[in-house]
Amino acid sequence: MPILEIDHLQKAYGETHILHDINISIEEGDFLVLVGPSGCGKSTLLNCIAGLEPTTGGKISIAGRDVTGVSPKDRDIAMVFQSYALYPTMSVAKNITFGMKVRGVDKATQEAKLAEVSRQLQIEQLLNRKPGQLSGGQRQRVAMGRALVRDPRLFLFDEPLSNLDAKLRVSMRTEIKKLHQDLNASIVYVTHDQIEAMTLATKIVVMKGGVIQQIGTPAEIYNRPANMFVADFMGSPAMNLIPARVRAEGGATRIEIDRGQGDPLVFTDPVARDLPAEIVLGVRPEDIHEATGTAHLPDAARQSGGEVMIDVVEPAGADTFAVTHLGGKPVTARLRAESAVRPKQMFPLAFDLSKLSYFSPKDGQRLN
Amino acid sequence: MTTNTLLRWGLYAVLILFAAFYLMPLFVMLTTSLKSLEEIRTGGLLSLPREITFAPWAEAWSTACAGTQCEGLRPFFWNSVLMAVPAVAISTVVGALNGYVFAQWQFRGANLFFAAILFGCFIPFQVVLLPMAQALGFLGLAGSIPGLIFVHVIYGIGFTTLFFRNYYVTIPQELVRAAKVDGAGFFRIFFAIFLPLSLPIITVSVIWQFTQIWNDFLFGVSFSGPGSQPVTVALNNIVNSTTGVKAYNVDMAAAIIAALPTLLVYVVAGKYFIRGLTAGSVKG
Repeated sequence: MPILEIDHLQKAYGETHILHDINISIEEGDFLVLVGPSGCGKSTLLNCIAGLEPTTGGKISIAGRDVTGVSPKDRDIAMVFQSYALYPTMSVAKNITFGMKVRGVDKATQEAKLAEVSRQLQIEQLLNRKPGQLSGGQRQRVAMGRALVRDPRLFLFDEPLSNLDAKLRVSMRTEIKKLHQDLNASIVYVTHDQIEAMTLATKIVVMKGGVIQQIGTPAEIYNRPANMFVADFMGSPAMNLIPARVRAEGGATRIEIDRGQGDPLVFTDPVARDLPAEIVLGVRPEDIHEATGTAHLPDAARQSGGEVMIDVVEPAGADTFAVTHLGGKPVTARLRAESAVRPKQMFPLAFDLSKLSYFSPKDGQRLN
Repeated sequence: MTTNTLLRWGLYAVLILFAAFYLMPLFVMLTTSLKSLEEIRTGGLLSLPREITFAPWAEAWSTACAGTQCEGLRPFFWNSVLMAVPAVAISTVVGALNGYVFAQWQFRGANLFFAAILFGCFIPFQVVLLPMAQALGFLGLAGSIPGLIFVHVIYGIGFTTLFFRNYYVTIPQELVRAAKVDGAGFFRIFFAIFLPLSLPIITVSVIWQFTQIWNDFLFGVSFSGPGSQPVTVALNNIVNSTTGVKAYNVDMAAAIIAALPTLLVYVVAGKYFIRGLTAGSVKG
């Protein structure tokens, strides 16, 4: 039985459609991340799941129970908000126990739960403070504590890390992941940060303009993006999207990419594919290698490429990013840190042919 | 440096001048109320009393004649207290609830309702006198203290709603959402989360309403009966019903007594009043 099932959900304000025909289903223990640019409807969707926004059509079920018209308090959910939404006049302990108090849980259970959760989140020494006296990271923990004590069927997180500084965000991210593993909790998590989505999720929903673009595991989303929007949105640096021409050649596919000056870059995908004459080639920066030292790669035959003009070189510690231009677009390659690549020089690069994505330039949909 | 000092002294001189100008009436009232009638007749207006006497105060409080009733201000003062305290309390509570709804529980047509309530702040007293008198008659509250309370509550709700709405609008909506998920309902959220945050704006509402209601004359004179006149009406009667020599000292003492409660409220809570008025920019 799915812990959360969303069936043909619609949401509109008058004539403005916010969510179009949303269908999602997750199992117990899943970590679902809703990701997309701002205004894509991901927060609205979360609020619909929480019952804080009425829906226009469709059905939402939690643990097999239809909750479409049920008020938030009766949905067996807990939510962590972007601004933490701690009650400013209550102490940390009161904040955490407020939900239990409202529900008439007896004092002893409240105390026990509070002790358990505050130990888990290491906020025992903060219990008598007011939210105003806490740092951002501490407030975040208290907000999570407030959700955890409730022991709900489903946790909802609305961009919980976006108000933290970069360093704290990374460590809290790890903690949330650990919490998920320890508790085997079912979580729906909204973020605009694709790295958060990749690191946390067991399942990702990429949204744009109120429409689901792709649902899949992080690996599926990353390796086989369903369209050019997903390809561009997920991954940093983004997937290179290069206009190219295709010619069928016996049992293989010949692909030509303009190099700016001189002959086009030509290589052959050994698989015969039914592609239109004009395509957009998608290739991740880490799937473009230095052609000189390919011997260490498992299958050198899968690679093909040629010399290109390097525009910019960006050393980033662990990697060196080389930016060239192909098909009129800047193209980034992630090379080894000690690579000999130099700007304003020709340099041999090779594409990993097994990892290429082909997109239609007309509608941006994936072709392979 | 010297020009700066000069400017500063000039500034102080102007400020002191204006302060003195504004304090002058109070000074005259206070000194006059402590003089005997004999001394008022012979001495200057601004001179200090040669001999301080509290007799005019005692007379103003308990024996001065307002019309035919010669019991001083005392019974009317209590009328005012009995009118102002419940009226302030009720209008503040209703305003708080209204403001909470307008700020955090948007409903269809909320803006129209709010505009209508705001409009109520700008209706002149004179316009409502006749319809209000009729309404009080229908309700059987004419000429009574509950009738005056009713009028002042109705008239005050516009202002108190505006105060509380503008204050609560600065409180993030996510607080309400969090509380809803936690299982709290409309009143629980109000009492557990909003009310504890409201001290500054409650102070503003109480001071504003108390001053308005205590100082009101028009409603007091229009809608009160013989036993329910507020202190402002009585003060007017005392000053106007003197026969023979005008007892300026008693009039002055009565005026100060009538003004004392509002003065007291400002002294006690004025600091919070300013703080509450500027609280929009402060996070809760």
